[in-house]
Amino acid sequence: MTGVDADKERIARRVAKEITPNSLVNLGIGLPTLVANYLPGGLGVLFHTENGLIGVGPRPAPGVENRNLVDAGGGFVTAVTGAAAFDAAFSFGLIRGGHLDLTVLGGLQVDSQGRLANWMVPGKLVPGMGGAMDLVSGAKRVIVAMAHSAAGKPKIVAECSFPLTSIRRVSLVITDLAVIEPTSEGLVLRERAPGVSVERIVEETEAGLIIPDPVPEMSFA
Amino acid sequence: MSDKLIDLESAIALIPDGATILVGGFMGVGAPHRLIRGLVEAGRKDLTVITNDTARPGIGVGRLIDAQAVRRLIVSHIGTNPETQRQMIAGQIEVVLTPQGTLVEQIRAAGHGLGGILTRTGLGTAVEQGKTRIEIDGVSWLLEKPLRADFALIAAEQADSLGNLRYSLTARGFNPIMAMAASTVIAEAEEIVEVGAIIPDMIVTPGILVDYLLETRS
Repeated sequence: MTGVDADKERIARRVAKEITPNSLVNLGIGLPTLVANYLPGGLGVLFHTENGLIGVGPRPAPGVENRNLVDAGGGFVTAVTGAAAFDAAFSFGLIRGGHLDLTVLGGLQVDSQGRLANWMVPGKLVPGMGGAMDLVSGAKRVIVAMAHSAAGKPKIVAECSFPLTSIRRVSLVITDLAVIEPTSEGLVLRERAPGVSVERIVEETEAGLIIPDPVPEMSFA
Repeated sequence: MSDKLIDLESAIALIPDGATILVGGFMGVGAPHRLIRGLVEAGRKDLTVITNDTARPGIGVGRLIDAQAVRRLIVSHIGTNPETQRQMIAGQIEVVLTPQGTLVEQIRAAGHGLGGILTRTGLGTAVEQGKTRIEIDGVSWLLEKPLRADFALIAAEQADSLGNLRYSLTARGFNPIMAMAASTVIAEAEEIVEVGAIIPDMIVTPGILVDYLLETRS
């Protein structure tokens, strides 16, 4: 990969560590897609794409793309040996039915209740939710991978001002600065990025944080 | 040969202005490209289109948006098509955004004779507005109603002359679900082969569901 900045790489590498052997994983468009680059080999992980495939492989070399084989962003992919194709109803049955172990999604905001907003900025951007609402409501685990702030504004807020993707509490939020676990008690600061102080994370987070002592530095896959 | 084979002009003549149509495809992959071009060339307008996304300008359903042929759009995603967003903001097109898994289940419900489906997706979000919440054994669910259309325009990798269809990889998508949910189903296939050339185990959409058939490349 070229052009991946250090912040995105750090997030992707930290997310990769959360992926368990032999699991079925759906990576959202954008930053989450990078996670596959940092997985150790031999884990037996299979990637799901909601447009109808288990066993998504790397991008094809130019000239050998299959016009019928794309990921959820519409980009050409390959299928690994042992991949399986299916229709859209089956694909979302996998998601809602508890067959998908993990989804990793980008976010616009996460709030103090651990709720994600990632499909619409009122008055500005209306892309639609695509499969995100089903993924967040249905996957066994939901990890939000996103920048801690956008243009200097915190993305981890007291209450989402953008429309919610789901009322379900996400499992983990991984940013360039921190790993935060939403719990029934509130947002717990689990890890801080190398060289980043707890004070800086608190300053760049609008929502209140529960801060254990000590907060260890992130470790990576 | 089968009487299901139809030329493009005759297929498009079946579909009037203002019709409600299901259109297969995901970001243009698995979309009925020839039928879409036919609708645009015939100048159809005021269509209600039920489809997953509007791809990009010039691609798949994006061509119908470019031609301003759509009055109402029921869809899960328009983020890759700025022209759809422009027409929505300008009030030219009404867009109903629906979670993808809900959209496909609404279509499936219509085609499978179900009165609706219950899902957790969308509970407590903007998607719930105007809908009924149902509690069963202490768990809340959102009731989503069936979505049926006058026409389904679908695409397959291979058809036999009876209309039995086989799909390829991620080009399957919504196509087999839509084949169940419209009064008239028009399928286009990359290749049309003799009956028997596709073995029964490979057929995903039985030909009985397909009313008209044409080749994508002719």
